[in-house]
Amino acid sequence: MSQDDEQATRRDFLYYATGGTGAVVVGAAVWPLINQMNPSADVQALSSVEIDISDIEPGTQITVKWLGKPVFIRRRTESEINLARDTIISELPDGMGRNANVSGADADDKNRTLDEKGEWLVMMGVCTHLGCVPLGNGAGDFGGWFCPCHGSHYDTAGRIRKGPAPENLPVPLAIFINDTTIKLG
Amino acid sequence: MSGIPHDDYEPKSKFEKWLDSRLPIAGVMYATLTVPTPKNLNWMWIWGSLLTLCLVLQIITGVVLAMHYTPHVDLAFASIEHIMRDVNGGWAIRYLHMNGASLFFIAVYAHIFRSLYYGSYKSPREVTWIIGMLIYLLMMATGFLGYVLPWGQMSFWGATVITGLFGAIPGIGESLQTWLLGGPAVDNATLNRFFSLHYLLPFMISGLVILHIWAFHTTGNNNPTGVEVRRGSKAEAEKDTVPFFPYYVIKDIFALAVILVLFFGLVGFMPNYLGHPDNYIPANPLVTPAHIVPEWYYLPFYAILRAFTADVWAVQLVSFLTGGIVDAKFFGVAAMFGAIFVMVLAPWLDTSSVRSGRYRPSFKWWFWLLGIDFLVLMWCGAMPAEGIYGVIALIGSAYWFAYFLIILPLLGVMEKPLPVPATIEEDFDAHYPPKPEPAE
Repeated sequence: MSQDDEQATRRDFLYYATGGTGAVVVGAAVWPLINQMNPSADVQALSSVEIDISDIEPGTQITVKWLGKPVFIRRRTESEINLARDTIISELPDGMGRNANVSGADADDKNRTLDEKGEWLVMMGVCTHLGCVPLGNGAGDFGGWFCPCHGSHYDTAGRIRKGPAPENLPVPLAIFINDTTIKLG
Repeated sequence: MSGIPHDDYEPKSKFEKWLDSRLPIAGVMYATLTVPTPKNLNWMWIWGSLLTLCLVLQIITGVVLAMHYTPHVDLAFASIEHIMRDVNGGWAIRYLHMNGASLFFIAVYAHIFRSLYYGSYKSPREVTWIIGMLIYLLMMATGFLGYVLPWGQMSFWGATVITGLFGAIPGIGESLQTWLLGGPAVDNATLNRFFSLHYLLPFMISGLVILHIWAFHTTGNNNPTGVEVRRGSKAEAEKDTVPFFPYYVIKDIFALAVILVLFFGLVGFMPNYLGHPDNYIPANPLVTPAHIVPEWYYLPFYAILRAFTADVWAVQLVSFLTGGIVDAKFFGVAAMFGAIFVMVLAPWLDTSSVRSGRYRPSFKWWFWLLGIDFLVLMWCGAMPAEGIYGVIALIGSAYWFAYFLIILPLLGVMEKPLPVPATIEEDFDAHYPPKPEPAE
């Protein structure tokens, strides 16, 4: 009887060992097949671009392509800055700054812009709902941007105010390298 | 193969016997073609055959298109124009493939609503129903992938919005989306893999179609009365059924002929009627079209996706209960997939002992309301996401879920069904009284 028990245990061991090895082998074979769909080396190579902003007048904006996505660079007018700075942060749907240059800050307008004065607003032109490009130049109910796909309204600081989008438009890594050039990434 | 008593294949010639003892394929084909089929099927039972034809049409035209198409962001749009202008008969093949997708979805919706009305999803046909729903999901995926390939504005932005759905999943969403796209945004890597998958999925659908047919040949077809074929003996079964070949083959071919006349009218005279002009503008990652609209067959579910905005109390409640993990965006995505998932659960949500809606007086009303609801949602999905359309879409979405989750379970208990005929033969004879036997 004890002989039988011992034999059964050995068989169980071999059974699980074989099964375990098989699972590891299958996993090792499947993982490369899944991982090949992740961004390839050339896509991953984090490119940074330098943008000449000397031609941008107050109240206008340009859209540049960076990492396959549009980036809005807007030179805001005095009234746009005031409108954004007068907003009460606790009334915003998303209270976070979403600024890659200022981590963890709240959605105050000062934490969104590139310069102290608040003239330069640089942000991803990708709606945080489902990734459309919002329309700019004072579109929407809050004088900022409006996403035509599902009706999200952003204010003059690119903060979500109304509609299905959950977050403020994110500000990417950006820096002034001189008075007329911004470097993205 | 079939649970209904029937004649088996008998190999006759020497070759047939030789083959049958090695690979009994002729027997399987014989059993499939001559499967005993209820003799009272109405015109709503033609869609299965049409769907099979659609799959064959799409695979043949698709394989041919792939001989001339180039899946590269710089060349894809131009290669479509090359097909339209230069390839011999290319315009006809592409228009057939484009509109073939619409015919496919018209047929699948008719097929699904037929099953919902006549209770075809109910025991013992749950497996057939689930496989059918999987086929429907794969069809939607295939249609979406295919729509991206021409690399027009709607292709690009449709791909951006739909892959954005996966980005809404809490936690893993962003990396999942990057994995699907092969980069931070829809680009060449995306187009390439979408082409590969668009070529693959129809063959997976073909495999599921075989399982679907196998499953309902095992249980036997449903029929408008919902009454099962008698299986006591072959003679008894033959009173309720006719063999699929030649009876239903001829009937289905007649229906196909009528439908194909309309289809070729569409392909020949208004091939772009169901499409969007914006897709003849090459894809531009920096400009979103003013109004992104999916193909018509996704509109009801697109309306459900958009209906649940942050100001809906159900969204706020779920967001509060989950500590904000489930936001309006994810809620909408979950609602869209949930709308299909509740359909999958229909066999267990429907508590009625009567299968066919024909004998369920109140069910009928709720069912037709669901049909209207589907069309209203389709209309809402095509409208801009603002004002009154959002309210209508929300009401429509609520009814969709209520039908499956509340009405189906309650109706089975509350409703008093009408008397059901004892046999299929009785129902058939009531419509077509048997002629007196001629005297010998």
